[in-house]
Amino acid sequence: MAQATQTGAAARWSQRKIAPWLFLAPGLFMFTVYVLWPIVQSITLSFYDWNGLYNQNGEFTGTFVGVANYAELMTDPAFEISLWNNVKWLVLYMLALPIGLFIAIFLNQTVTGIRLYKSLFFFPFVISQVVVGLMFAWFYAPNFGLFYLLTEWITGDGTAILADPDLVTYGIIIAGLWPQIAYVMILYLTGLNNVAPDQIEAARLDGAKGWKMLWYVVLPQLRPATFIAVIVTVIGALRSFDLVSIMTSGGPFGSSRVLSYYMFEMALGEFGFRMGYGAAIAVVLFAIMMIFISGFIWKMWRDETER
Amino acid sequence: MVHSAKGVLALTAALLLSTAAVAQDKRVVTWNADYDPIPLAAAEALIADFEAANPEIDVQLTNFDHEGYKNAIRNFLTANPPDLANWYAANRMRPFVEAGLFADISDVWAENGLMESLASSVPSSTIDGKQYAIPYTYYQWGIYFNRDAYAAAGVEVPGPEGVTWEQFLANCEKFAAANIDCVTTGSSALWPVAGIFDYISLRTNGYQFHSDLAAGKISWTSPEARAVFEQFGRLQPFVTDNHAAIDWQDAAALFVQGKAANYVMGNFAVGVFKEGGMTNDNLGFMVFPEITPGLARAEEAPTDTIHLTSGAQNPEDAKKFLAFMASAEAQTKWNAAVGQLPTNKNASVDAADPFLTAGFEALSTATGGIAQFWDRDADAEYAKAGMEGFQQFLVQPEQLEAILARLEQTRLRLYPQ
Repeated sequence: MAQATQTGAAARWSQRKIAPWLFLAPGLFMFTVYVLWPIVQSITLSFYDWNGLYNQNGEFTGTFVGVANYAELMTDPAFEISLWNNVKWLVLYMLALPIGLFIAIFLNQTVTGIRLYKSLFFFPFVISQVVVGLMFAWFYAPNFGLFYLLTEWITGDGTAILADPDLVTYGIIIAGLWPQIAYVMILYLTGLNNVAPDQIEAARLDGAKGWKMLWYVVLPQLRPATFIAVIVTVIGALRSFDLVSIMTSGGPFGSSRVLSYYMFEMALGEFGFRMGYGAAIAVVLFAIMMIFISGFIWKMWRDETER
Repeated sequence: MVHSAKGVLALTAALLLSTAAVAQDKRVVTWNADYDPIPLAAAEALIADFEAANPEIDVQLTNFDHEGYKNAIRNFLTANPPDLANWYAANRMRPFVEAGLFADISDVWAENGLMESLASSVPSSTIDGKQYAIPYTYYQWGIYFNRDAYAAAGVEVPGPEGVTWEQFLANCEKFAAANIDCVTTGSSALWPVAGIFDYISLRTNGYQFHSDLAAGKISWTSPEARAVFEQFGRLQPFVTDNHAAIDWQDAAALFVQGKAANYVMGNFAVGVFKEGGMTNDNLGFMVFPEITPGLARAEEAPTDTIHLTSGAQNPEDAKKFLAFMASAEAQTKWNAAVGQLPTNKNASVDAADPFLTAGFEALSTATGGIAQFWDRDADAEYAKAGMEGFQQFLVQPEQLEAILARLEQTRLRLYPQ
């Protein structure tokens, strides 16, 4: 009898020890195969010069070049442009937060048909980035685009944003902001639903109004929403590939390239097939993302353990 | 139970029957291609001819989407090679030849006297003295012009012999005064600007210079290269604004509407111009004007090719088909259907098509040489850097020094001296 309880306890103990791993196993397996392993492969590949071909016997045809790919990156003007464009994307994409918040507050009222307005504002996030890119490309198009005709009407000389090396990146970022603002807006709208009405009431009794109310009462309660909004916006900015590809293919003469697009061009584009060099760009992009990702993980870890 | 057994029986019978049908001693040749509908129909007609002449061979064509093919070929050549594959001549086939994926077919060339009949394409089919490609079609580049635009600006329409470079630039002034773009292009995909650059380079310094430039043997800061950009700079103010943001088809619309007078393009664009409403009456063709007097005239004519793969299952019959594709009859038929030029000099072109006739004439009298086009003559990476430089120069001519310095830096990195 005593023995039975003892084995029972041992079984329970081992169950408690094994069970989490069993539950984690499918996820861990996927994460290893689709995330960790490709990271290791990319880093390895970045030390090779390889055109992506295997020979007839299926043997790898690349040659080991050490850090030559990274050394080349240091002096590559196209890489420098891509990096700067990524910085522009990161900084300007953050505009999605205040604008999204503003629209969310504006829409957070009970009027007839507000659901319809909300869904209309959310609409750009629902349509594909490819469609957004095409729409804005036509909007900016020389000779017939609405924006071109507008600038022609105002200044007498049309501005073709996508043909201008100095403006092209900003033009694409604006196209990207459109759906991103909608995304941030929906995050804030759900956040605003959870703002405690009694605190608002109390603040009102204390005479808080307008900016002060927003800054000291509402925004602190929106912190979880802001946190998520920052994460998705940073990741969205660094992932900016589809819009660049659809609207300009990195042109004119490479002025609108971002790292992700440059990586694609080098590794898989028509004139690329430099797998090692592309992998080296990917590693740099990964390192930049890691800065942000570690920051987020660190913050989440801190919040969890403090509780 | 009985039903499914019946089904299995029927299926087995059907399989037996179908294998029996195939087993009528037909030897299969597989061919991977990337044809649009019209060339595809033309290729199928050729296959029918070939199978009629060789009833024991069955040619099976697998057609790919044009863009997808560029990636697909990299996989199927290793993983699941067909006997034959479409690709392009010159430097474009070099990676596959060097990886040992395309087979040497010098014997097909020797046995069928192709050195003679495909003489103009020997250099572009040869790597290290061996032939790896069967060229079966090419098309000329040149200047297409809109006669209506010439009339609207009051400029004399060029005759069949074309105009001089000075005359061409003088005409551009008149077009500018009439608010018509003298030369249009749409360079968002980069390559259309390479056509203009290639011609100015070929006309300024000749074929050998251009070929060496594409091969990285000539400095971008040399006086000869500067001379090319000087002529390019004279044309620059007359090229359509904002060409960097539009496709070549968008520029074709400007050309068809008479908002632009000249278009440096390949002959494949004629179909687009005609779809836009132009006819043989208002669409004209001339060779690019001579710039440096006395240079042997060279032309651009990108060549499409078929290759035998190293992993071919049935190389013997595949070679038979390659020899057929090199023949004058097959090339005449295919190119007549598609509206391009045969590479076999004994083939003939449709005399009723003025553009094909003019192109055939221009290419067969091009004593300077036949260039493939910048992105096929130069290595991929070098080609891309070059085209970005040409595009930038057309947008920001004041950046010339920076452009040349960057191109030179790229050249020294890719071709260490």
